[in-house]
Amino acid sequence: MLLITCPYCGERAESEFSYGGEAHIARPSDPEKASDADWADYLYLRTNTKGVYFERWLHAHGCRRWFNIARHTVSYEVLAVYEMGAPPPKLDTKSEV
Amino acid sequence: MPPSAPIKSRISGAFAESPFAKSGIPDRLGLGGFQSMAARYSIFSLIRNALAYHEDWPAAWRSPEPKPAYDVVIVGGGGHGLATAYYLAKELGVRNVAVIERGWLGGGNTGRNTTIVRSNYLWDESAALYEHAMKLWEGLSQDLNYNVMFSQRGVLSLAHSQHDLRAQSRQSNANRLGGIDSELLTPAQIKALVPVMDLRAGGRYPVLGGALQRRGGSARHDAVAWGYARGADALGVDIIQECPVTGFRIDNGRVQGVETAKGFIQAGKVGIAVAGHTSVMANLAGFRLPIISKPLQALVSEPVKPVLDTVIMSGAVHAYISQSDKGELVIGAGTDRYVGYGQRGSLPVSEDTLGAICELFPSFRRLRMMRLWGGIVDICPDASPIIGKTPVEGMYINCGWGTGGFKSTPGSGWVFAQTIAHDRPHDLNAPFSLDRFHTGYLIDEHGAAGVAH
Repeated sequence: MLLITCPYCGERAESEFSYGGEAHIARPSDPEKASDADWADYLYLRTNTKGVYFERWLHAHGCRRWFNIARHTVSYEVLAVYEMGAPPPKLDTKSEV
Repeated sequence: MPPSAPIKSRISGAFAESPFAKSGIPDRLGLGGFQSMAARYSIFSLIRNALAYHEDWPAAWRSPEPKPAYDVVIVGGGGHGLATAYYLAKELGVRNVAVIERGWLGGGNTGRNTTIVRSNYLWDESAALYEHAMKLWEGLSQDLNYNVMFSQRGVLSLAHSQHDLRAQSRQSNANRLGGIDSELLTPAQIKALVPVMDLRAGGRYPVLGGALQRRGGSARHDAVAWGYARGADALGVDIIQECPVTGFRIDNGRVQGVETAKGFIQAGKVGIAVAGHTSVMANLAGFRLPIISKPLQALVSEPVKPVLDTVIMSGAVHAYISQSDKGELVIGAGTDRYVGYGQRGSLPVSEDTLGAICELFPSFRRLRMMRLWGGIVDICPDASPIIGKTPVEGMYINCGWGTGGFKSTPGSGWVFAQTIAHDRPHDLNAPFSLDRFHTGYLIDEHGAAGVAH
């Protein structure tokens, strides 16, 4: 069970949250010009890092607000919590092997 | 019997004309010319070894140091990788092959799944692929000369709502049109088949019906890895354990070999079958995949007398359960909701599953659970696998099996071997290429995959 610190409500159990997947994936800025490969990249391709990963969470059974976290996907340690729209913190995101 | 029992039944000299003596294959069994005879399991080898107090069973495969170069290197010594090497050597004559594994054989998802085998997928593409695997399962123990304990005890999927019933009826009819056996059962028929189940399920998960694939069942997961390893090894494949891959050498877009903990190994072609770690390998090779990796967990109870002779699964409550030959109840739970490589599941997920199991099987409430573990599954957006070429020439992937890779092990290895040998996909796996995410031709099997992702 993860304990996640909602930036608005404080520390809560993981069962209060929904997962929104990888953060900072930008929709193609000019959809008319985006190729099939661009759309595939946006819709489906994911970094899926073994290591530090930026991801979106929703406090579904709480304040119902979205936010980002940086979490290590092996130790599951939450390294940073930050608001939507904020840039990701500077962390080493190199994948472990 | 004391370990130093003097009776030996070794027949020496009688088989000096072993094919191994001339082939240059090292005498891995330490039995000289006797090995080709000893290597085959039969009632006679059992009796012979019983007379020798089971002290002379030969090793089932060698553990060689890697050669400098191979025609094909398979990364990943689980069921899929070993099956690929086996079919490359056996059916396609590609024998200069190495399987490299970071840990031990079958120590990943091959040894962590709940051993269920079935082929009742919804779409024609998937049904053909999984049914091909099912047909190979049906002759696998004989083909490998290794008992994989394949037991076609039937797999029953439960419906708990009107919607479940409709979805099940659609899938069952699609299966029957495609030539795959499937029967829709009424609650009364289910009660007759599985008396221990409470169809009211506490009022919370009422059983309104079910779909049964009688040819489905289970197999011994470790034996599948070991049987393929032994079969591949006998055909000359080198199996190299405790050898993690640390990088790929790629020149002009073509793979040259793999960097490993045991040094560089040159390879004409590289096949990747590493399940949950596929994105890590792709990252080393410089491309991205539509995969996310999550723990899927399972647990087993203490062993009890025979009580459940069918595999029961319920996609709606994320639970599946069967009884092993040892008497343990093997229970599969859902996946964690978030990316994880931790090989352990989140407690709320197993709690939900056990809650549902206890409602469906009230008499299981007092059973103690012995072990709980997780495996990292590689999930595609459409819950179907990716088997085919990659952006790197000479490099092939077999991944995205998600929560259902074990059942497909023989078929997966078979089509992957074909793909690697011919540098193009076989008809069976052509629809499962990586570029379906560009064309949009997804094969959505979330319903048939059985576990909510």
